Amino acid sequence: MPRSPLTLSALGSFALALTLTSCGGDNSLTLYSGRGEDLVQPVVDLCSEQLGVDIKTRYGDSAEMLLLLQEEGQNTPADVYFSQGAGFLGVLSASNGLLTLDEAITTRVSNSNLISPANDWVGVSGRARTVAYNSNVLSEDDLPDSFTDFTDPKWSGRIGWAPTNASFQDHVTALRGLLGDDATRAWLTDMVANDPVAYDGNTAILEGVASGEIDVGFVNHYYLYRFLDEDPSFPVANHFFDDGDPGALINVAGAGVIIHSQLPDIAQQLVDCLLSTEVQNYFASTNYELPVVNDATPWSDLPKVDSLTLPTFDLNLLADLQGTVDMLVEVGAL
Amino acid sequence: MASRQTQDDASVRVAALVVGIAAALPIGYLVWRAVQYGLSPSIDIATSSRTIALLRSTLVLAVAVTATSVAIALPVAWLTVRTNLIGRKLWAIVTVLPLVIPTYVGSWAMIGAVGPRGMVANVLGVDSIPSIYGFWGAWASLSLFSYPYVLLTVRAAWVRLDPSLEEASLMLGRSSWHTFRHVVWPQLRPATSSGALLVALYTLSDFGAVTMMRYDTFTREIYLQYRGALERGASAVLGLILVVLTVSVITGDQQLRKRNDMYRLHGSGARRSRLVELKRLQVPALAGLGILSTLALIVPLSVISYWLVRGVRASEPVWPSWSLISNSLIVSLLAAAVATIASIPVALVIQRSPGRFANTIERLSWSGYALPGIVVALALVYLGANAIPWAYQSMGMLIFAYSILFLPQAIGAVRSSLIQVTPSLEEASLLLGAQRFTTFRKILLPLLRPGLGAGAGLVFLTTMKELPATLLLSPTGFSTLATRIWNSTSEGFLGRSAGSALALVLLSSVPMSFLLVRNQGMMSDLSKQPVASHDAGNAKQALPSDPTDTR
Repeated sequence: MPRSPLTLSALGSFALALTLTSCGGDNSLTLYSGRGEDLVQPVVDLCSEQLGVDIKTRYGDSAEMLLLLQEEGQNTPADVYFSQGAGFLGVLSASNGLLTLDEAITTRVSNSNLISPANDWVGVSGRARTVAYNSNVLSEDDLPDSFTDFTDPKWSGRIGWAPTNASFQDHVTALRGLLGDDATRAWLTDMVANDPVAYDGNTAILEGVASGEIDVGFVNHYYLYRFLDEDPSFPVANHFFDDGDPGALINVAGAGVIIHSQLPDIAQQLVDCLLSTEVQNYFASTNYELPVVNDATPWSDLPKVDSLTLPTFDLNLLADLQGTVDMLVEVGAL
Repeated sequence: MASRQTQDDASVRVAALVVGIAAALPIGYLVWRAVQYGLSPSIDIATSSRTIALLRSTLVLAVAVTATSVAIALPVAWLTVRTNLIGRKLWAIVTVLPLVIPTYVGSWAMIGAVGPRGMVANVLGVDSIPSIYGFWGAWASLSLFSYPYVLLTVRAAWVRLDPSLEEASLMLGRSSWHTFRHVVWPQLRPATSSGALLVALYTLSDFGAVTMMRYDTFTREIYLQYRGALERGASAVLGLILVVLTVSVITGDQQLRKRNDMYRLHGSGARRSRLVELKRLQVPALAGLGILSTLALIVPLSVISYWLVRGVRASEPVWPSWSLISNSLIVSLLAAAVATIASIPVALVIQRSPGRFANTIERLSWSGYALPGIVVALALVYLGANAIPWAYQSMGMLIFAYSILFLPQAIGAVRSSLIQVTPSLEEASLLLGAQRFTTFRKILLPLLRPGLGAGAGLVFLTTMKELPATLLLSPTGFSTLATRIWNSTSEGFLGRSAGSALALVLLSSVPMSFLLVRNQGMMSDLSKQPVASHDAGNAKQALPSDPTDTR
């Protein structure tokens, strides 16, 4: 029997494993991105070139990246956290995990509702909550005046929502900020009584609306335009609620600098880069999100964020995810 | 001699203990988190009605999926081992291949095919068809993509069965069914249960299928707690319940095994069994296998191809880069090597010195497998970042995580081979003056080769598909085909993920087929080696015979 090839390959593997260990501590930035690579990598490449530093990016779910930051504590290799929603940034802000940003950066955002009250994170792109409706079955006039009126029994079984989705949960947290816990709980209870169909996310809801499984769905505004890109006859339209209505929430994807960053100045420059006109226009044109700075242009006839009267509340309140999840469980939505 | 043997046993036991403790690190982390969370809130969570309901729905799914997998695997194993089925060798490979399809891809494909607005609904021209979401969807997709675990183990056992026992039973006038029930089945039962154990515990830890199919299980709840509420304490309590569940399943399996010594008593394996003539059953058998592979293989591949074509048409970047492919291959090969090597001392202890110590080691080494990937990954994040920051987010850490997660697959396979090897061969070698290590290398290792190969193959496949640990623990900027698929689908770019999904499936299929073909060849090699030839004085020894060589 010849010398076992398995033993040799195993020894070889160990040697390889040792040489492949990562190198840290050099002069490069580490970005934890809760948004996907397809969307973010072009931005990272651009900013890396502008700042003249290497940027290593770890992609994952926003919540998972936050968990990672929490478990890592002060040993985190991350310099910047880019989150899909304000809630996760609020959690970090509340635990003093973020560095206060220079005023020159925070003042670039045109609507002060879209930055942290503690000035330790900024919104990078706006995502309006809308109601997607099947345009073959309904016209915009059929929709209620207020988002809160979907408790009307005539909508029974016709609504799709995504109780496990972070954007939906953020919206419920916002409602708690706007209406108070009791009113929100009552609203949720009435909604559950209306038998909404639970989906896993925005894409699934839109497919459900298009297939006629449901007539309306609670979504973020921008997913629809991707479907329309592929199929202009996709039978779904977005309804934006009027200014000040609890349905008119704008959540943001946002970024902040980790307090333990070894390179806080360059890290701030990266956040600044995310607010540059070029990057802002990129998010607006490729992902149909709302730019948060004045000199960028929203896609098509989407609104400019500084022209909107948003229901006033502090986006950091979105950090109370636990309260929202508890409430969703309590009313039977989760 | 005796003292050297004892010393040697001790070193195997120490090695097994080290592996067991490493595998149990995540449990330590969970206990610590739960303690921090506090006793009374922990008890509240453990006894809440929601937890009880989840426990029930999880168990129902695990039992249903396991039973279905066994029900699929047994007849398929019989057809591909013992009959003159047309295209038998090809079917032997095709029926195992669904294992290469990740459940998140498989479920997504199934929804794309038979979901609302799916391809079937489009072809039929109807707006909606009965919903596949919920229990039935989760059951179907988990069963279809994990029955090969049972098939692999059962087939390996069936190939090695000594036909003379069956022949004796038949000659004594027993019916075929009676013979199967009382002679064959008892010998297949250990293999069936070790495959079933992999399926049952995989079902406990699966996240992909239950999420896509919107069925509530413990694992999904743990993810929701983590993702939604960021509550690490509550998740830890749920994780510990899952650990208790796993330990009970394994203990049950250990009890089952204790009552089952028969299969170690069979005689020579050098004799070959005659193939059963299927005659009129050929057509239904082929039809059944055809339906099975359509559902488990052709449907997912078609849906991936469909998305691929759409992606190419929309001129999206659908193809994965070479570095993604090589990254996936490298980590999977390394994980396979490490997990297989680590499994040897554990398998030796479990098989050669059964008892309380062995049972404990076995339970410890299984713990990572039934825990959701995110739990194991976060435990290692915590330990890595705070205790050994120099190794944190290194390739070594990632390989370590994979090894913990998939160790049991290797242990099971190596043990199955070990059952076939009588210690008297090694004793003879030692008596003849060979060094212990030489004996290990020249006698035991070659005899274990089929098991080592099968174990490494399983770990390789599972690592290729692995997602949560890769996302959390890999070196920053390191991506694999699996993370690529996740990245594209998470932002809704389905077309862009299709190329990677296809590459993942193809790259896993090639070594898988190679392994299956080679293992059959390897078995015949072994049976021809003088050292392994049948020893008439030893009824315990049975060597695998080559099923392809039986005409």
